[in-house]
Amino acid sequence: MKEFLLLFRGGDAANPNRSPEQMQQHMMKWKAWMEKLAQMDKFNGGQPLTQEGKVIWGSAKKVTDGPFVEGKEVVGGYIVIRAKDYNDAIEISKGCPIFEHDGIVEVREIDQRNM
Amino acid sequence: MPQTVDHLFRHEYGRLVSVLTRIFGTENIQLAEDVVQDTLVKALEQWKIGGIPENPQAWLFTVARNKALDVIRREKIHRKFASDISPLLKSEYTLAPTVKELFSENEIKDDVLRMMFACCHPALPPESQVALILKTLCGFSIEEIANGFITNDETIHKRLYRAKQQFRTGDVQFEIPSGDQLLQRIDNVLAALYLLFNEGFHSSSHEKVIRKDLITEATRLCFLLTEHEQTNLGCVKALLALMLFHSARLESRLDKDDHLLLLEKQDRSLWDRELINAGTVFFEGAMEDDSMSWYHLQAAIVFQHVSASSFEKTDWNIILELYDLLCRRYPSPVALLNRAVAISYAKDIHSAIEAIHSIPEIEKLNGYYLMPATLGELHFRKNDFVLAKKYFQDAIALTHSGAEKKLLEEKISKCDVAQ
Repeated sequence: MKEFLLLFRGGDAANPNRSPEQMQQHMMKWKAWMEKLAQMDKFNGGQPLTQEGKVIWGSAKKVTDGPFVEGKEVVGGYIVIRAKDYNDAIEISKGCPIFEHDGIVEVREIDQRNM
Repeated sequence: MPQTVDHLFRHEYGRLVSVLTRIFGTENIQLAEDVVQDTLVKALEQWKIGGIPENPQAWLFTVARNKALDVIRREKIHRKFASDISPLLKSEYTLAPTVKELFSENEIKDDVLRMMFACCHPALPPESQVALILKTLCGFSIEEIANGFITNDETIHKRLYRAKQQFRTGDVQFEIPSGDQLLQRIDNVLAALYLLFNEGFHSSSHEKVIRKDLITEATRLCFLLTEHEQTNLGCVKALLALMLFHSARLESRLDKDDHLLLLEKQDRSLWDRELINAGTVFFEGAMEDDSMSWYHLQAAIVFQHVSASSFEKTDWNIILELYDLLCRRYPSPVALLNRAVAISYAKDIHSAIEAIHSIPEIEKLNGYYLMPATLGELHFRKNDFVLAKKYFQDAIALTHSGAEKKLLEEKISKCDVAQ
């Protein structure tokens, strides 16, 4: 079994203009999706992120607010899942509610390193 | 603190500890109790200033829920929570909604039952089971439990400590057992509830309200079992009937000076008809079942007594048949002793005395004051006052309760007068 990081970009993070009820409803879909993954023993945690952030740049370690990227690239959160391979991970990711809001899921395999 | 708030706290304590134990896992039962304690302390502080909220129950639940969220966030690195929901508790995507769902009324009702089974885990000694029930499900303080069992705080601390150790090792499943497991485990639960009930019943007096609380709690918990489809078994209904029948006679057991009155002398007009009627409903329900447990037979015997409008009208023949059945299926020296009393009324005193002397393993009754007391009573009824007095004196040496001693002393005086 491998582990994959799913990075959520855009989607609801880029659309703040919704009613609290709509947002609540949408969040419950995320919860239901992850619950199902947990039941199948594929869910290994993950967290939603707040909108604000800081960025530290280069060797100078300069700190600014940000990142200021286009709405659809804003990272709203991540989870880690267990999957056989990329195909499996992609199938799982397609179930993500972010696609209702035209969002993006970046799927990256976690590098299992043995020393 | 107003009576209603105290009552509310006791009532909600058990429900809150149960749902938090479900969420945190049985290993963390102490954490569950701590969170509930904190919630009640906060309630006391805020309600003193701002008054009791409109929906105090909802207030308690909301605060407990939020405290649970804080605790989970703080502790998730060090602790494992309930394994089936652990990953959901660790992610902010799912933490709050998962906890909220588990705080639903239906879930909580099931959790209380799960807690009952957990507290009555067969690996725990019976006294620990009962102490744990009183602490976690009934919201009793250590001191109150100690008073209930006429022992000291330290003894109760030890019993609870041992019980929670068992939970800490993580071997206690938080579930309502099913199938064969259920039939086995329900025995433990019923035994603990009956132990609790008897503790309250046999030690009660007009002043000792705490003992009445034990009776109430045992009855209430047994009733909860009947409300759940899975646990509404014949033996459960039978035990509830038994408790209700006994409770109906509570007021008549003692006269105004706290002297014990035997069944013969009890004023049946003081018997609580409502409790008898309620007990009868459950008794009939139990009889509809295919099973025949120890509780069925005991309830049937007591049913005969509470159905008789007077001692003289008691149908001792049926009672003797029931004891015959009881002693065949669940033989014990105590049951045979009680059967002998039935013989003395259904047949004759001589046969009863013979029956007592031929009880197998009679040595097992050596420390039991009712053994010589019963013989004393039988000989008294036969006008053998010398022998009766000797037996009553033997009995006094074995009794612990003041009320029982007084009763026996009265009997002895009667022997003296009659000679």
